[in-house]
Amino acid sequence: MSVPRFWRKQPHRYNLLGTKCETCGSYFFPPRTLCPTCRRNGNVVEYKFKGTGKVVTYSIVRTASSPYDLEAPFPVAIIELDEGTRMTAPVVCGLDEIYIGMPVKQTFRKIVADGESGTIVYGTKFVPDK
Amino acid sequence: MVGIITYGAYIPRFRIKTEEIARVWGANGKEIAAGLGVMEKSVPDLDEDTITISVSAARNALLKRDVNPDDIGAIYVGSESHPYAVKPTAVTVGEAIGATPVMTAADYEFACKAGTAGIQTCMGLVKSGMIKCGLAIGTDIAQGAPGDALEYTAAAGGAGFFIGNDDVIAEINHTCSFTTDTPDFWRREGQAYPRHGGRFSGEPAYFKHIQGAAKMMLEQMGTKPSDYDHAIFHQPNAKFPRNVSKMLGFTSEQIKPGLAVPTLGNTYSGAVPVGLSATLDVAKPGDRIFVTSYGSGAGSDAFDITVTDAIETEIDRKASPSVADMLSDKVYLDYAQYAKHKGKIVMQS
Amino acid sequence: MRDVAVIGIGLTEFGEKWDTSFRSLCVEAGSKALEDANLDGDQIDEMFVGNMSGGRFVLQEHIGALISDYSGLASTTHIPSTRTEAACASGGLAFRQAVTCVASGMQDIVIAAGVEKMTDVGGGETTDTLAGAADREWEGIYGVTFPSLYAMIAKDYMHRYGLTREQLAQVAVKNHYNGARNPIAQFRKEISLDTVMNSTLVADPLRLMDCSPVTDGAAAVIVCPLERAKEFTDTPIKVLATTQATDTLALHDRRDISTLDATVAAGNRAFDMAKLERKDIDFVEVHDCFTIAELCAIEDLGFCKKGEAGRLTEEGYTALNGDLPINPSGGLKSCGHPVGATGVKQVCEIVEQLRGEASGRQVDGAEIGMSHNVGGTGATVVCNIFGRV
Repeated sequence: MSVPRFWRKQPHRYNLLGTKCETCGSYFFPPRTLCPTCRRNGNVVEYKFKGTGKVVTYSIVRTASSPYDLEAPFPVAIIELDEGTRMTAPVVCGLDEIYIGMPVKQTFRKIVADGESGTIVYGTKFVPDK
Repeated sequence: MVGIITYGAYIPRFRIKTEEIARVWGANGKEIAAGLGVMEKSVPDLDEDTITISVSAARNALLKRDVNPDDIGAIYVGSESHPYAVKPTAVTVGEAIGATPVMTAADYEFACKAGTAGIQTCMGLVKSGMIKCGLAIGTDIAQGAPGDALEYTAAAGGAGFFIGNDDVIAEINHTCSFTTDTPDFWRREGQAYPRHGGRFSGEPAYFKHIQGAAKMMLEQMGTKPSDYDHAIFHQPNAKFPRNVSKMLGFTSEQIKPGLAVPTLGNTYSGAVPVGLSATLDVAKPGDRIFVTSYGSGAGSDAFDITVTDAIETEIDRKASPSVADMLSDKVYLDYAQYAKHKGKIVMQS
Repeated sequence: MRDVAVIGIGLTEFGEKWDTSFRSLCVEAGSKALEDANLDGDQIDEMFVGNMSGGRFVLQEHIGALISDYSGLASTTHIPSTRTEAACASGGLAFRQAVTCVASGMQDIVIAAGVEKMTDVGGGETTDTLAGAADREWEGIYGVTFPSLYAMIAKDYMHRYGLTREQLAQVAVKNHYNGARNPIAQFRKEISLDTVMNSTLVADPLRLMDCSPVTDGAAAVIVCPLERAKEFTDTPIKVLATTQATDTLALHDRRDISTLDATVAAGNRAFDMAKLERKDIDFVEVHDCFTIAELCAIEDLGFCKKGEAGRLTEEGYTALNGDLPINPSGGLKSCGHPVGATGVKQVCEIVEQLRGEASGRQVDGAEIGMSHNVGGTGATVVCNIFGRV
């Protein structure tokens, strides 16, 4: 697993640090440096998302590749953050708890580890916002 | 006066009952639960570890009260279960709360008192003016070898305290420690599970050091147990803190709010921090709190704390879950699921 | 811009081909295409090879040169050879590049091939490799598998349009019926609705029988200027349109989760280019990597309103003998899905149908056929329309 590639996006994964185009008001998570609407005319700056949103669609992953298979079955969802932008993330909850429209909030979890001796990638998953 | 600016705890959702563990090893679960005073313990989720719990505890503290990340000058995380033997938990916590890069950090190990050692360090840095605010966390995903007595109580959880000078919600009037070289419980480098000296972990270890530090504190502060509203002692089970508090002259009422072990288990470095968190969850301005942690190896850190008005005016305790909230939010596992969660099943390498 | 015609096609059997290597598969398909076109290798001017991941499946890059070499052309005629990649639309890209090359006047006789050898690695490696068709950084990292992405599309679709699980399953039943009549298909057995409904859950709500399989295979197609086609074949098939479009890589960035805007764009461009309307199309080979994908394709290509395709399938509208046969080849589900080859195989099927040579699964009165090839969850789409000369 690439050390620099995962390190580079740590603050973004940990803290939902994305970007925002000040020119047109679009929010981006994952972060984009180029706004699709304004392109080179857009003024894109860093933006930290609030961390709350709702489930737009979801699935339960039952067959996964190693090492995610150890955690299967687990829910994954496309989540619409309060700011309007959408992202993909696992949701930590019972398999029959999740539903379209469910309010969720961010949580800090282990995403994947590079075996027993490699680095561990941490990031943001979501839990029900009761 | 140096003290606590804000605090937060985190306890994973999963639980396993003492009786369920006993069932697997052919032991009498009811007897064991009664003897230890521990009914069930917390179990981490598959994607939780000491780092994720520490981050959640720190963030729960920040939900109760804003702290300017630029003011955080130091982070110490005490644990026996840091995910890395080399690469500190503290830096990931720092990154996850926006405190990096202008800060110092390190991980501590001193069995179950590594978290309180961090509090002492932060106190020193704040009192000396070297930093404005420091974060001390005690967290563990405690390991107990299958079939060993420790398996009934080794649990997962943690709590963190932001230490500073301004508008503290609780003043730390004094701290003192009693430390010796006592091999009551240890884990050699590379070993998966700790070992312990059996009954040796009682009188010459836990009781000697807690009483050593506690008596020193009472003497140095010129106080009696009845001067305090609450007391928190290290809680490897419910029996030890009940006994040592009685020996010292504290009542069961005093230790009640800070005694989480009956339904949490022993979160090792998280034990006293979680107990202190639970106490702060219900404390009133003016309450005086007596704390004595214990870490095998061995040592005890004692603290004399006075809750201020700021606990009602400067922080919103309801902004993140209380220890009681988290203890009641639970999902039970059977032993097989528990073993999977704790990595006790030998997998294909 | 010149008109282009297909003059030769070639396909290997699709399946788990333990005895056949990556390069052998491609050479086999290419040789068959040359046979079909009565051409000698010397006459090939240029080659395009669609392949998603030689680099992970067989640890091989530089595919263009590899295939040119093993076709005997690299050391002799030194033809230009290019590998094209757009995940599962790699084959579609190769075909469109070949057509553009001839249409522009740059070359005369160009071969477009597609190949994928997926069974040399274990299932876990395959799943992980296919996840590269989506956004590795922000979808794959979380353990989001490719099936779970289409499952999220299905969940959204079912929630909004009331599609039932049974209606979705009918897509697989129909495609297996067709595939049972296709000699090169991986699965040549009809299946029942029960089989689909009771198959193992892969990613709710998609089950094993909603998913296209892991397949080895190759396909090749030769194109030339329409004006020269009769030199090589009595049954040239004219390329009426070849179009391509992109959309966001990650599903979460789409405008509408269960509408593939790239399909809409490429489809509209194709009808514009061919100067045709939806009603002119006699049958379509669509990209049914998962059953839900076929339903979205029918709608996004404009053949019916959003949310209607499930009912139409259930009513037999898209069956072999229906009003608009979809996937007469058996689709990806039954024929198999050697990722890089599919886009080219679709062209082969259409050509066979338009020649009247698809015995056992011939679409009656087939005059105009369309193909639809998708990369990832819809980040690339290639559409082609063909007509009898």
